[in-house]
Amino acid sequence: MHAPGHGIRIEGLRKRYGEGSTAVDALKDVNMQVAPGEVVGLIGPSGSGKSTLLKCLGAVIEPTAGRMILGEQTIYDNDWTMPDLRALRRDRIGFVFQAPYLIPFLNVTDNVALLPMLAGQKNAVARARARELLAALDVAHRAEAQPSELSGGEQQRVAIARALANQPPVILADEPTAPLDSERALAVMRILNQMAAQYRTAIIVVTHDEKIIPTFRRIYHIRDGQTHEEVGEGRAIDLAPLPA
Amino acid sequence: MISLAGRDILHAWSRFVLTGMGLGLLIGVTLSMAGIYRGMVDDAGALLDNSGADLWVVQKDTQGPYAESSSLRDDVVHSVRGMPGVARAANVTYFTMQVARGARDVRAMVVGFEPGLPGAPGELIAGRRITRSHYEAVADVKTGFAVGDTIRIRRHDYTVVGLTRRTVSSGGDPMVFIPLKDAQEAQFLKDNDAIVNERARNAANPALNRPGLPGLLEAVTDAQSSNRNVNAVLVQIAPGLNPEAVAEPIRRWKHLTVFTRAQMEEILVAKLIATSARQIGMFLVILAVVSAAIVAFIIYTMTLGKIREIAVLKLIGTRNRTIAGMILQQALGLGLIGFMVGKTAATLWAPIFPKYVLLLPGDALRGFVVVMAICALASLMAIRAALKVDPAAAIGG
Repeated sequence: MHAPGHGIRIEGLRKRYGEGSTAVDALKDVNMQVAPGEVVGLIGPSGSGKSTLLKCLGAVIEPTAGRMILGEQTIYDNDWTMPDLRALRRDRIGFVFQAPYLIPFLNVTDNVALLPMLAGQKNAVARARARELLAALDVAHRAEAQPSELSGGEQQRVAIARALANQPPVILADEPTAPLDSERALAVMRILNQMAAQYRTAIIVVTHDEKIIPTFRRIYHIRDGQTHEEVGEGRAIDLAPLPA
Repeated sequence: MISLAGRDILHAWSRFVLTGMGLGLLIGVTLSMAGIYRGMVDDAGALLDNSGADLWVVQKDTQGPYAESSSLRDDVVHSVRGMPGVARAANVTYFTMQVARGARDVRAMVVGFEPGLPGAPGELIAGRRITRSHYEAVADVKTGFAVGDTIRIRRHDYTVVGLTRRTVSSGGDPMVFIPLKDAQEAQFLKDNDAIVNERARNAANPALNRPGLPGLLEAVTDAQSSNRNVNAVLVQIAPGLNPEAVAEPIRRWKHLTVFTRAQMEEILVAKLIATSARQIGMFLVILAVVSAAIVAFIIYTMTLGKIREIAVLKLIGTRNRTIAGMILQQALGLGLIGFMVGKTAATLWAPIFPKYVLLLPGDALRGFVVVMAICALASLMAIRAALKVDPAAAIGG
């Protein structure tokens, strides 16, 4: 069992679009729990409700009912319990996207340092935190480079560093390996697992990518707006460091 | 917190600077238009200053000599000199003509003046004053004449003996000063054929060529071929007197119109150049609208090009005011670059203009404030578009 009060827990989450006869239940009964340091997969066919769930978890759309507990705090209980969702996203949720979506006019360090700066940290402190994360992700040597000067893999590592910048209890990764070949996709998964363990962060990876599915110990299947947990016996793919 | 706007500008500085330069040239034209208006007002002031007069005595019920034609007999000056408070008075004539300079003409205002009295050219920058009674001239340097050159006015040649600067008509034409008698003759001088025809016409007129009245025909012909008129009498009043107090008796007793300096400024600025000022004002309004449209379009398209980044910024918790501030700062930055380019361009090309362009620091400051205000307004559309971006757009492809 996972330690209570940490990571993220979702109970009976529902999301309905529209009203009356045109109403569509995108999420009917979603239950999930991800412990700190754990990486779980969320898979499902198109239209199954993956994006809707991610948007609810990311506090960009409001669920219709249910409960979400982030870390030790209930953030949604049939209504948002926190008035400032922007601050919630900034301080307590990390995002990794299919494409890195780095801010093109900021260098690598400032792309990562931007979140702590937005949270009110001094520039020097925020940059020190950014450099620490870049070193952990092995891209410290590109700290002053512009995003356009990085390879795709480097950009994705910087995006992961940005997601970790405010030490959120949860990271939502939306198809983070979709544009990558097998080797690089596995490298990204290795990094996510390392970072989850190192920073005690719960990571939910939404994916269609067959080649990384064997890397998850637990997978949530979502179908017709409902989740079903599948617990594997262990990683089918070894995530030991790949040769350079 | 780092400046997102500053970083974005530095990231795409070449596009930003080129856009700013384009805007700057437009702002330069706007500043030049304002400078042209200021130059016209300054020319009017220079015209009044150079006349050295406190009062302008002109034909009754006219607004001469600059805004309307005015004709006075040249002996009026004697009675004006006798009025209380009048220190000095002098006849003066003004007429604008094309003066030949080599193979080309130059448009100039020919001034007939009495040496040493109001209306005479002020400080000379080259040469000497007119010392002979006829056929010497002092020219403004803008006419292009040099000391020693010959100017042909009507049928006579005048030698340029001195040069002045900033002696211009209200229309900005440079002045050529010649002796009053020469100017009176030149103003009404007919060509030889016209004089012969006029004499024949008089001789054929039985009313003018009566038997038994010898000398009548000659007297009429002589009167027709000479000119005893001037356009105005310039008056300097005794020190310490109120110009209006000196002007009023002249109006009442001499049946003439008299303008003080303030009234003459009103005529020149509020009436003579009023249409031009309105014309320039219209240009300024149009240029301001065009500038605003350009800035709005540029900032709007730049913002649309960053929709994904803005969605990501909003998703990771950037405040709306930070995003709005970024766009506003970019618009103001564009305005700042544009203003600097425009001010520099206007300063560089002002001397090339044929008319005087006066760029006042106060106008530049007002222009800067207006440019910044226009840029701020122009950014509103882009800010509105940015604030409407849904942070959810960053998720789910």
